[in-house]
This record gives sequence, C-alpha cells and structure tokens, in this order.
Amino acid sequence: MSASAVVGRREFIRTGAAIGGGLLVSLHAPLPGRTSDALAAGEKEFAINAFVRIGTDESVTVISAHSEMGQGIYTSLPMLLNEELQADWSKIRVEAAPVDKVYNHPVFGIQMTGGSTTSPAEWERYRKMGAVARIMLVEAAARQWNVEASSCQVDKGVVIHGATGRRATYGSLASAAAQLTAPADVPLKPAKEFTLIGKPTRRLDTPSKTNGTAQFGLDVRVPGMLTAVVARPPAFAGKVVKFDASETLKVPGVKAVEQVPSGVAVIAERFWPAKIGRDKLVVDWDLGPNATLSTEQMLRDFTEMAKNPGTIAKKTGDPEAALKTAAKTITAEYDVPYLAHAMMEPLNCVVDLKADSCEIWTGTQFETVDGANAAKVAGLPPEKVQIHTTLLGGGFGRRANPASDFVVEAVHVAKAAKAPVKVVWTREDDLKGGWYRPMWHDRFVAGLDASGNPVLWTHTIVGQSIMQGTMFEQFMIKGGVDGTSVEGAADIIYDIPNLQVDLHTPKIGVPVQWWRSVGHSHTGFSVEAFLDEVAHAGGKDPYELRRALLAKQPRMRAVLELAAQKANWGSKLPAGVGRGIATHFSFDSYVAQVVEASVEKNGAVRVHRVVCAVDCGTVINPDTVKAQMEGGIIFGLTAALKTEITLKDGRVQQENFHDYQMLRIFESPEIDVHIVPSSENPTGVGEPGVPPVAPALANAIFAATGKRIRSLPIRASDLAKEGAKS
Amino acid sequence: MTNFFVNGKPVQVDVDPATPLLWVLRDSLEMTGTKFGCGMALCGACTVHLDGKAIRSCVAPLSRAEGKHVTTIEGLSANLTHPLQRAWIELDVPQCGYCQSGQIMSAAVLLAENAKPTDKDIDEAMGGNICRCGTYPRIRRAIHRAAELASERRTK
Repeated sequence: MSASAVVGRREFIRTGAAIGGGLLVSLHAPLPGRTSDALAAGEKEFAINAFVRIGTDESVTVISAHSEMGQGIYTSLPMLLNEELQADWSKIRVEAAPVDKVYNHPVFGIQMTGGSTTSPAEWERYRKMGAVARIMLVEAAARQWNVEASSCQVDKGVVIHGATGRRATYGSLASAAAQLTAPADVPLKPAKEFTLIGKPTRRLDTPSKTNGTAQFGLDVRVPGMLTAVVARPPAFAGKVVKFDASETLKVPGVKAVEQVPSGVAVIAERFWPAKIGRDKLVVDWDLGPNATLSTEQMLRDFTEMAKNPGTIAKKTGDPEAALKTAAKTITAEYDVPYLAHAMMEPLNCVVDLKADSCEIWTGTQFETVDGANAAKVAGLPPEKVQIHTTLLGGGFGRRANPASDFVVEAVHVAKAAKAPVKVVWTREDDLKGGWYRPMWHDRFVAGLDASGNPVLWTHTIVGQSIMQGTMFEQFMIKGGVDGTSVEGAADIIYDIPNLQVDLHTPKIGVPVQWWRSVGHSHTGFSVEAFLDEVAHAGGKDPYELRRALLAKQPRMRAVLELAAQKANWGSKLPAGVGRGIATHFSFDSYVAQVVEASVEKNGAVRVHRVVCAVDCGTVINPDTVKAQMEGGIIFGLTAALKTEITLKDGRVQQENFHDYQMLRIFESPEIDVHIVPSSENPTGVGEPGVPPVAPALANAIFAATGKRIRSLPIRASDLAKEGAKS
Repeated sequence: MTNFFVNGKPVQVDVDPATPLLWVLRDSLEMTGTKFGCGMALCGACTVHLDGKAIRSCVAPLSRAEGKHVTTIEGLSANLTHPLQRAWIELDVPQCGYCQSGQIMSAAVLLAENAKPTDKDIDEAMGGNICRCGTYPRIRRAIHRAAELASERRTK
C-alpha cells in the first residue's frame, strides 16, 4: 500500500494540514483575544499560556481544547502537558477551553473533537505548552535568586536551586512567570524519561461522575431560562402547513408555541409542561419530497446498483484478467442498516441571545462550526457568539453535526422565545432525528488460485456520502469518491495482487453523518467477513490466511498474532462454541479481535469472550486505551446484534430503547485487551475498537453453526431456521 | 402541594402531581445528578431510591413520593465514601459518565439487599441500566469490588 494510495482520513489530514498550518505550534500561544471566565487570570491565578493556569494555592488548571465525551481526553491532555510541566499531579484540574482560534485542532484548523485524532494531533502541542510553562517558572525563580536557570531543577511543582538549597513553589512563581516572554523553542523529553506518559493514571473526571456533580449540557441552567421541545416533521425535509396550539396553550407552564424552520417549538417554564404541551399540539404537515422513502426499497435498489461497477476508488493489477484465469471464484453480498448514535444524553442546547451577543451552552464536538452557524442565525458576527462546552453524555460523532442542527434550531427557538432557552430532545426525537450512519450494500467477487490463495478481489460499495454538501466536501470527495465511503476497503491492508474497489453514491433524502468509526463501521464488517469466506473457499485457516496476506504489514501481523495467541487460536472449545477472527486498520491504529460465541436453539447469539490486541503507537494512558477498546467492542456488538433504523412511507419506524435496543450487561462478554508496546507516535483509540468485532462475531457464528452472516443486525429468527443465511 | 423527603431533607413542591419525579428533581429542585435518558423506564439513567427501592423516576409520578423518602445520587454519601463510589473511582468505570448515576443507584440497592452478589445477581439487578459507552465489564468488576470494600468496612 503506497502512501499515495491511502485514501480517506489520512488524505484529509494531509490536505487539512496544508491548509491549517500543520503541526506548527505557536509557542507563545497567546491568550484568546477577549476575556472569558475560563481564562480571566485573577489575582490568585495566572495564565502562563493559553493552555495552563497556575494558582497561588498551587492549583494547576489545564485548558482542554477538546471535548470530553467519555474518551478520557480530560486526563490524557493534562498528562501530556504535565509530563513536561512536572507539577504535582494531585494539583491538576482540567477545564474546557472557550472558543478561540488558539484552541483550533492543530491539523484540522478548526476547534473540534473527532476522528480519533486528539491524542495524535496534540501529542506535541500539549507537551510543548507544559515545557514552555516550566521553563518560564524556572526562569522566574532564577531571576529572583539571581542564578542561572540551568542551575535549577524541578520536582513536583517546586523549583530547586541545589547549590544554595533554595526552593520556590510554582504557585509562588506563577505571577512573575506569567510576565516573561515565552522561549522560542523548547526541547522535549525523550520517551525513556517519561514519568507520566504510559503509566496507568486515574481519570480526573471520575469522582464528579460518581456523585452527580458532573455537568452535562442538559444540566445547565441560566437565569430566566425557559425549556422547549420541538415538534419536527414525520418525514425528513417535511414542512409545517399549519398548526393548532389551543390545547397546548392550556397546559399550565406553557408560555408560547412558535414556528421555527425545523418545526413547531413548545416553550414552557420547565421540560414537563413543554413535553405535555407538544403531545397536545396538532400540526398539519407537508411531508415533502421524502414521504415515500422505504429502506426495503432502498435495499432492492442498492442491490441492483451493485450489479455494475461504480466509480473506481482503487485499482491495482489487472482484475479483469485475473477473473478469467482464477481457478475458483466466489461472490457474496453484504448489508448494514442506517444506525443512530443514541448517546445516553439526548441532544440539547441552551441559548441566551441578546441584541449584541449569543451565549451557548452545549456538549458539542464542533465549536467552530457551531459558532459560525449560530452567528448566521443570530445575525451577529462570529466573535459575538461564545460557546461554553460542557461534558458530553456521549458523542460518537453526532455532536459534530455539519449543519449544527441542534445548535441552529436552539438559536431559532431562543429568537422566538425572546428569553434564554434550553431546547431538549427526547429519546424519540433523537432516534427519529436523522444524521445516521448510512445504510450500505457491498458486493464482492474474489478469485482464488489453484492453491486457494486470493489473487483477485473486487468490491462494489453502494451508499450515501456523508461528506457531500458539507464544508469537508472539497477535501474528502476526490474524483467522485467520498474517501470515507471506501475507507477500510480501498486501503485494504491485505496483499492481494489484483484489486478493484468501486463506489455508487445514491442521493437519498435521509441526513447521514459520521458515526463512531465512520466508513470502517461497514467496511470492517464486510471485508473481514468476506475474507473469512475466501479462507474457507480456499481451504485455509482464517488466521493463517490473514497472517500470510500481512507479510508486508508487520505491525498488523504482530497484532493479529498477539490476539490469536491470547485467545489460544486453534485450541478446542466447548461443543457449540465457535471462534472467529478479524483485524482492521483504522485511524492509523491496528486492531485484531477474536470472538468466542455460540447460538442457542432459538437462534439467540451468546458472545462469551472477546480478545482484543491493539497497536496505537505510544500509549498515553494504558487504562484509557483498554476502556476505549472495551467500549468500542460493546458499541460494535450492539450494531452487530441489536440495532437498525428503518423507514417506511418516509417515517422512521424506531422510537425508543424498546425497538432500538442497546446491548445490556447480561449480554456483555468478557473482554481481554492486550496492547502492543510501541514507540511510534500515538494514533487513534476512540474508534478503532469498533470495526473488527462484528466480523469476528459473524465468523465465530459460522465456525459454530456453518451459517454465514451477511446482513446486520444478526437476527435470531435467521439462525433458528435451518439453512437460513447459509 | 406534595411533601416528601429528598436525601433526608423535607421538601415541598407545587407542581402537577402527575409530573414524573425525575423532572421534579431536575427542574423544580435543581438536582441534576439524576439523568433523563428515555422517559419510558427503558434505560435506567433516572434510577433513584424510593423508600430504599430502586425506581425509574422518569415514569414515577410525583404523587407516588408523597410522604416518602427519595434518595438520589447526590445523597449516596457526603464525600465519595460509599463503597460503590470508591470502587467506581478505583476501577475508573465511567466514560462519558451520563448513565453512571443510575448505574450506581441500581447497584446500591443490589448491595443493600445482597452483600455478596454473584455475576448472575449483577446481571439481574443491572439489566435495566443501559451504558452506551460500554462500561459493563467495569461495572461488574466494580460491584464485586464494592462488596469487598463494604465487607471490610463492616469487619473493621
């Protein structure tokens, strides 16, 4: 796989780097232009740079440019900074950054959190900011003592001049240090001197998440605030024709009912009257252009489209010739449905709109985009919009909405309410609200040589583009191919000499979006499940075939071998239990998983154990990597076993967790995570755990039952019936 | 007017007694530790104790609390000293953390009724609580750990 052949995210990162200035770090990191609560350096606290404040009480506050949505970044970023700052770790606190250019993503050039990129992108900047601050604190002490800075040392937040035995704490030096000019360049510690990076470190946010004090967007309250829920159209892009609010307005606590572009807002003193008021609202809808959409029909259309090749995303060797000379060919088709993110905290947004300012409180992954979109609706310049990023009760991509749907709507509601307002989405609103992981259909043809080795692989992909119509379109869609549609497929990590990956991109009126692991969430499943079919067709062990095809991929091969070894690949299992294996390269990380599963007589799937091996470069907090793999596996199993969004007559058929079911604790397998030691730069962690688990499970079910799973979610009814899906 | 106790303190609330207790806690009493996840008793994020029993406050009308004692996550301990909180911190259970109030409140009733729960007991008691981040393996371990911590506390 040549660098130029790599499509998708890494392409975007390179392009984005050129635009955003790459990893160039301004060492001065000046404070944001305007004063904000978060950064106003009071008398007792001094901002050494935009990323760290030190208090006279020795407190050290690290400013996080990225949102905490469970991935542990509120601990990993302080770890990076303090690796160099060398303050007392017990004094470290963390705070969300205000919105300012200084906090822009070093690669993407906007303030955002996503794409499993925070640790890789901040690997240098946060360490440099810590180093700069330490150098300034030491310099302040040296000047006070009239000694050379180089003769001073630092130990847990204390500057020490060994020769004279003088000591000064960071807190006592902060004021003087904040006046100094930042050094032009700073050396960083070599890895062998790390004292914090790589050591299991307790998360800073855990205590607040065990006593109810953690503040999520839904918990925000501002003076005079009203609460609104919005009645949205039953079909995507539907419109209000007229509405009758007479019964709604009789509900005590309902203050107003106002039409907004997305529907009709019921504005009340509190949530419950707003919700009851919406139940009583009568809206006459124009269902609009998507009133007949049906996922059953889409599946038929996608299947038809896949019979012909689409736009070429990748071609190597001579697939046409290889098809003619192959000793054996096999064909298979795979399907996955639309999926909702279903974060536990439903979407919400607080807006306080005044004549010359717009303050927003929300859990977002997309501050710059939301700020710009909110400014347009508010009729204010972007600098008059301030976003207070709260903790996110899950994100998984949904809170990085390219249209800022939940923020823009809340600004409209605030305009109509003429008061500060919190817009709350119910679970039904969330599941029916669109912006799903697209539905996909994949058609494969593989050709084997006489020894059963794959020599040909063609993969036709059908599904909507998530980038079309977004600000990322120009970087992400090249030659008619959205890189995220084919990631994990066009850059397939296995060495197969004749390869073609092509893409059909139907335009459908269902809003779609990135969903944890993005394109890999479907290609991981289809590629790895089909490769299992190829192995069996060629009479090969699925592990051994992968190992052979990874001869030029030493990192993935090592991960595969570790997973197989830890799972005792090849050892005997209890009767009825099957073992399946899969790998997937995503977000520059290498993951392999082995699943042990069985199928009950009624077709119910039991997942007993998942063994996971990961190489994500240098590990910052090992326990966080493990937690993200565990969480990714359960997220992936939920998609494999439980969830689908379907449409009939333009309407989303799912409503709440009874028909969009999450994996529960009694269905959750034992999970063993093993990390491959590495000194490479850190790579993604939040998403790469997701893609391999569905195919590893499908392959385990085949091993247990002889039945192939080619469609998700896996249905017990299919497995219970003899011969189905095989 | 509805009178009841929250975390030991008497409270009086003047809202429609059909209002779910969840929204009384969050909007009227401004205690936001208890979370909204589904509104249909399907996810457990809103779990609180009513006279010591775990209930889903999103479907429990305020009237049901009349004269009774409600315990919320804020009332579990004054200072993170409940064995479940200690175990949760020790094992770094939460990720996004949104469901964890409900998880801990469900687990607290389990431990109050069963000092040494088995994996099966945990499955039964915790089956109504969803975690989208997938912290289930740690929740299981942390409940076992909390049982140990509680028994150490009793024997001290």
